[in-house]
Amino acid sequence: MYDVIIIGAGPAGISAGLYAKRANLNVLIIYKEQAGLEKAEQIENYYGFENGITGKELYETGIRQAQNLGIDIKREEVINIQMEEKNEYKIITENGTYISKAVIFATGNKKNVPKIKGIKDFEGRGVSYCAVCDGFFYRNKDISVLGNGKYAISETNELINIANSITILTDGKEEPEIRSDKVKIDTRKIREVRGDKRIEEIDFEDNTKMKTDGLFVALGVAGSAEFAKKLGIITNKDRIVVNENMETNIPGIYACGDCTGGLLQISKAVYEGAKAGLQVVRYLKK
Amino acid sequence: MSVFKFEEGNFEEEVLKSEGKVLVDFYADWCGPCKMMSPIIDEIAKELEESVKVGKVNVDNNQELAIKYDVMSIPTIMVFQNGMLVKTFIGVTDKKEILDVLK
Repeated sequence: MYDVIIIGAGPAGISAGLYAKRANLNVLIIYKEQAGLEKAEQIENYYGFENGITGKELYETGIRQAQNLGIDIKREEVINIQMEEKNEYKIITENGTYISKAVIFATGNKKNVPKIKGIKDFEGRGVSYCAVCDGFFYRNKDISVLGNGKYAISETNELINIANSITILTDGKEEPEIRSDKVKIDTRKIREVRGDKRIEEIDFEDNTKMKTDGLFVALGVAGSAEFAKKLGIITNKDRIVVNENMETNIPGIYACGDCTGGLLQISKAVYEGAKAGLQVVRYLKK
Repeated sequence: MSVFKFEEGNFEEEVLKSEGKVLVDFYADWCGPCKMMSPIIDEIAKELEESVKVGKVNVDNNQELAIKYDVMSIPTIMVFQNGMLVKTFIGVTDKKEILDVLK
């Protein structure tokens, strides 16, 4: 069991890890996707680099620095997070399950909102972003899951025993691997979702249609917004709401860096990471 | 301070025929996020004790109510004013956001 698991290895996540590890906590950092920092070509507004530095270099240096300090780092996709008894958290990745006493989200700025016409209008009226929260309302219905990655498969598996049938809509992308009599895969490109009071059908680019009772959105790699919904963390426009100590509304869950909104800058991420790391130390001492 | 238990049997009397604002929290016992919402609802009930009636609907026991109000995601929080639905929040919502509608 870890004292704290940090999701994300950008400046906020690494910084949180450094402070927690130096206070002798048992720290695991899990990350999968490229951080925003890694994509930054040249950084010239950060303290201490007179000739600037590439985002990639700073990012990779940060990960090495954490490794050198003895922090466990794993490059795995997190597909689910569950709250256990006694304020413990279970982090489920594509490869395994890890338990910790605290969690820090440092998952960055990425948003998984599909640019499909109508999706926004039917949120809460047939469009859902959380299988475990809303699956109950779709018992014996014919529903769809939008996505094609491991997260989409995980959401499909949550729904498999509830729904009558599930169609995985890849929206023109590659077919995922899943074997079940209840699950169909449809690769047609989506034009729009339609309905009256609630979602009723999916219209495809090739002028064909499909009836559906519900659409679960599970695009790409799940980020802070998706996990916040599953756990009940308060968000504001998909940004995690934290107080000045980087605490969310759930004891033991913290967030730092771009996923809390505000300035999307390294300096702010490093500060928030440090604060979150120190706050976890205080929390676990209690 | 008291948080009402709204049910199919008393919803009309306690919510729809109620004067002023009524806050309704649709939840279920198995729903993790609902457990996070619950203390926020309790705080609101306490703070606005004088002015707003606050209650919870267990969707497992009151499926007809959930269907009637198109609840397809929980927690869902609804604000009624003089029996009319005036605002719906889907998912765990910041207390301040809810208070803004109630005050």
